[in-house]
Parts: sequence; structure tokens; C-alpha cells
Amino acid sequence: MPPAIELFHVAKSYPLYRSLSAGFKHFLLHLPRSLQDLRAPRHLALRDITLSIAPGEAVGFIGGNGAGKSTLLGLMAGVLSPTTGRITVRGRVCPLLELGAGFHFELTGRDNILLNGVLLGLTRTEIQARLEAIVAYAELEAFIDQPIRTYSSGMLARLGFAVAAHLDPEILLVDETLAVGDARFQKKCQATMAAFRQAGVTLVLVSHNMDDVRAVCSRAIWLDRGQVRLDGDPTTVIDAYLQETSHAPAGP
Amino acid sequence: MRWLRQSLDLVLTLTAKEVKVRYKSSVLGYLWSVAMPLCLAAVFYLAFKVVMRVPMEHYALFLVCGLFPWQWFANSVQAAATILLGNASIIKKVAFPRAAVCLAMVMNDGLHFLLSVPVIAGLLLIAGKHPSLSWLFWLPLLFVLHAALVTGISLVVAAVNLFFRDMERLVVLGVTLLFYFTPVIYSETMVPAPYDSLLAFNPMAPLIICWRSLFLGGGVPLEHLGSAALWAMGILFGGMAVFRRLSPRFAEVL
Ligand SMILES: Nc1ncnc2c1ncn2[C@@H]1O[C@H](COP(=O)(O)OP(=O)(O)OP(=O)(O)O)[C@@H](O)[C@H]1O
Ligand SMILES: [Mg+2]
Repeated sequence: MPPAIELFHVAKSYPLYRSLSAGFKHFLLHLPRSLQDLRAPRHLALRDITLSIAPGEAVGFIGGNGAGKSTLLGLMAGVLSPTTGRITVRGRVCPLLELGAGFHFELTGRDNILLNGVLLGLTRTEIQARLEAIVAYAELEAFIDQPIRTYSSGMLARLGFAVAAHLDPEILLVDETLAVGDARFQKKCQATMAAFRQAGVTLVLVSHNMDDVRAVCSRAIWLDRGQVRLDGDPTTVIDAYLQETSHAPAGP
Repeated sequence: MRWLRQSLDLVLTLTAKEVKVRYKSSVLGYLWSVAMPLCLAAVFYLAFKVVMRVPMEHYALFLVCGLFPWQWFANSVQAAATILLGNASIIKKVAFPRAAVCLAMVMNDGLHFLLSVPVIAGLLLIAGKHPSLSWLFWLPLLFVLHAALVTGISLVVAAVNLFFRDMERLVVLGVTLLFYFTPVIYSETMVPAPYDSLLAFNPMAPLIICWRSLFLGGGVPLEHLGSAALWAMGILFGGMAVFRRLSPRFAEVL
């Protein structure tokens, strides 16, 4: 079977659009510097990543802040495009990137379920059929007609995960959204993800919670400053990662 | 087939969202979209008919017939500047055709314009005129051309504003200037000799002329319809090209 996700020498750099987002006026007034900025070296968030993830695998990405994990997930979700290299994704992707992903904060929970489902490629009737199940899974019956700006972080995480879990994903991308859920909901998420694994869904998880990675993943990848540092069995990779962090100088 | 269904649902859902976010309620949104051009018409009537005594029959009606379509253009193009910023939370997190956000906004304003056509018809009746049966044929055609032109410009404005965030102010200025260069408060026949050729460079002029002549007379001048169609297609495809080129960068600059 071909890999579900394949990255081939992928690099991603962010331009420093400083002068651009300052506007036309600034751009024209400081023309020489602005043009120089355009050509200036860009911030490399990922450099030369080659890896493939087989269908049904559950991969956890770990690494320090700014290592490039979210960028990598954004590339897999098709939200970002790589600067160089090639990325192939085979199957229906359900991305769950950060809290409130794909939601609009002025809309009610119910409207947001519809919006999110449509954005992810379902028709309205298909979502309407699952609406009750999604609300019940998230256990948000009492709040579902409130605008989600009034939700707590944990409630947002519930809603997001509930929608993603009910859209028949073939590939589920989760970026550390589950950490804010309460213990009971985290248990529920872990159970759902285990069920997904049984069903052959490909899971990609980004987390700073090593227990999550140990519980859910069959493989872990340590990203360090935009590069793969270690790739393998979760216990080995996590141990090596924790080993290094424990050597880091502690604060005053 | 499924693709069509899905795209339609996408634009519909985004349009419904637009209404809810912008006006809180659809009735309020409608009232606002009708009240705004009527207020403008009242002010211009006062200034030009009552104070400056422009010798023109049915001037109030004349104003209304141009101001309603103009308001659709102005609203959409000005809102386009911030539409991607306002939808950042969905653009950054989900991959979907980004142009749908712009299209939904234009359709929302277009819908409000359509709903204001009965108001125009009512004013015609009050003035002793009446709507023509030919509206049924011409109205959908002009609607499509207007939507295409507004979408084309909105795509460019929306995309460019992410990279130059002061685009918004330039757009407000541009729309205001264009308003006075477009025969909305005056008729194209009143523009004197050397300046009337400038109308050929104004993409909105032929459209407004067509709308007004449809509402007031029931017919559409074919030479203006032709140039309106050319402008609309040119701008739509130009706008799509610019948007497609810039859209892969949206998520990283938002
Ligand atoms: N839109 C952006 N524009 C410019 N630079 C960015 C952008 N997004 C991320 N970066 C940079 O790319 C690098 C990687 O960021 P990323 O969000 O992928 O890190 P991360 O591994 O998810 O970190 P964390 O654990 O804190 O979530 C960072 O140095 C960050 O500054
Ligand atoms: Mg991150």
C-alpha cells in the first residue's frame, strides 16, 4: 500500500513580511529597504524533511517550542504550501490544528459544526444527520446555541474533537488541542483514537504531553529546530528527548 | 455532481455566516441595505434638486435606480479589504477554496440588492410608472455581470490587503472617487464633449447605465451592455489570476 503521507525533501521558510504588512505607504517611503527585505534570507522553520507515514500508523511529533511541529501539520493539512520539496497526502484529511480551528467565534456551536463540516468537504445534509451525535459526544447540549466566544478552552477542544471524530476521517491530524480537556474528556479522546487505530485511520499527533504520545502512538518523531532528530519507537524517542531536556540549564 | 453540491453548500453556509456575523440578524441586515441607499438618495435630492435646482424629471427615482446597484458594488469592494482577516480562524486551519469566502460576501450583498428591487418597483409605481415584464429577462443577466465584476475586484482587494494592510483606506478613497466619475447622480448624456470619452475607462459606468435604463425604461442599451460584459469578464479573470497566485501564502501572512 502506498504511504498515507509522504514528504520528500520538504523545506518551509517564512518570509519576514515586516515592511509589507506595514502597508503601501511604508513600502514606498522606504523603498530601498523594503526591496532589500524582500530578498533578505527568510526564516527557515523546516529544513529538508523526508519521511513517510503508512496508512493506519499513529505517529506522534514531539520537540521544543518553535521546532516546526505545527508548521509540519499545516503542510499535511494543505493549509500551507512547502517552499521546496514535495508532499503527498492520500485520503480524507481531518485537521484539528489548535483550539477553535475552523470555527468562527461569533457563531453558535451548532452553526460552527455546520460551517466546519462544510469546510472539510461534507454537504449540509450529511452534517445535519450527524449533528446530534456530535453534540452528544462533546457533551455540550446546554451550550450548543451559545456563541462559541463564550466557551471555555476545554469546551472548544471538545467541540473541535467531536466534529473531527464524526467526519469519517482517513487521516486525523491533531495539534495539542486535547491538553485543555478535563481528565474525563481526555480519556474519551484516547479511547476514540484507539478505536480509530483499530479501524485503520492514520493518526498524526503533536503533543507536549509524553503520556499522550505513549498511550496513542506506535511511532514518535522528535523534531529539533526544523529537522528530524530521532524517529522510531515512542519509548526510545521520548527517553532521548527527555534526557536532553533534563540536561538543559534550569532557570535561576 | 457531488462536487457541485458541496461547492454550493460551502458558499451558502459562508453566506449565512456572513449575514449573522455582520448584521446579527437577517432582517436588520436587509433593512440596513435598503435604508442606506435611500438616505443617500434623499441627501443628493436635497443638494441637487432642491438647492441647486437641476432641471431633471423624476430625479429622486433616477437617483434610486443608480444608487442601489452602486451600493452593492461599494459595500462588497470595501468589505473585501478585511474579509480574509475576518475569516483568519478558518483560513489558517482548514484547506478549502479561499475564493469561496469572497464569493459568499459578494452573494450576500447581491442578495440584499435583489431584495431591494421590490422597493424600486414600489417607487416606480408611486411615480406613476410601472415595472416592465422585460425585467424578468434582463435582471438575471445584469445580476450575473455585476456579480462577476464585483467578485473580480473583491478578489484582488482581499488578496492584496493581506500583504499591504493599508489597502483598506486606499479602497475607500478609490470607491468614493469612482462614485463621482460614474454616472450615478448625473446622466451619461450630461457629460460634455472631451470628458465623455473618460467613461470608456470606467468599468462601473456601463453597468450603472444599464441598470438605470432597465429600471426606468424596461430596456437595456446594447452597446453599454457589450462593454459591461467585456469589463466584467476581463476583471473577473484578472482577479482570479491574481488571487490564485497569492492564495497559497494566505495562511502564513494572516
Ligand atoms: N506565520 C508565520 N510567519 C512567520 N514565522 C512563523 C509563522 N508560523 C510559524 N513561524 C515560525 O516557524 C517556527 C516554527 O513554528 P511552529 O509553530 O511550527 O512551532 P511548533 O513546533 O508548533 O511550536 P510549539 O510547540 O510552540 O507549538 C517558529 O520559529 C515560528 O517563529
Ligand atoms: Mg505548535
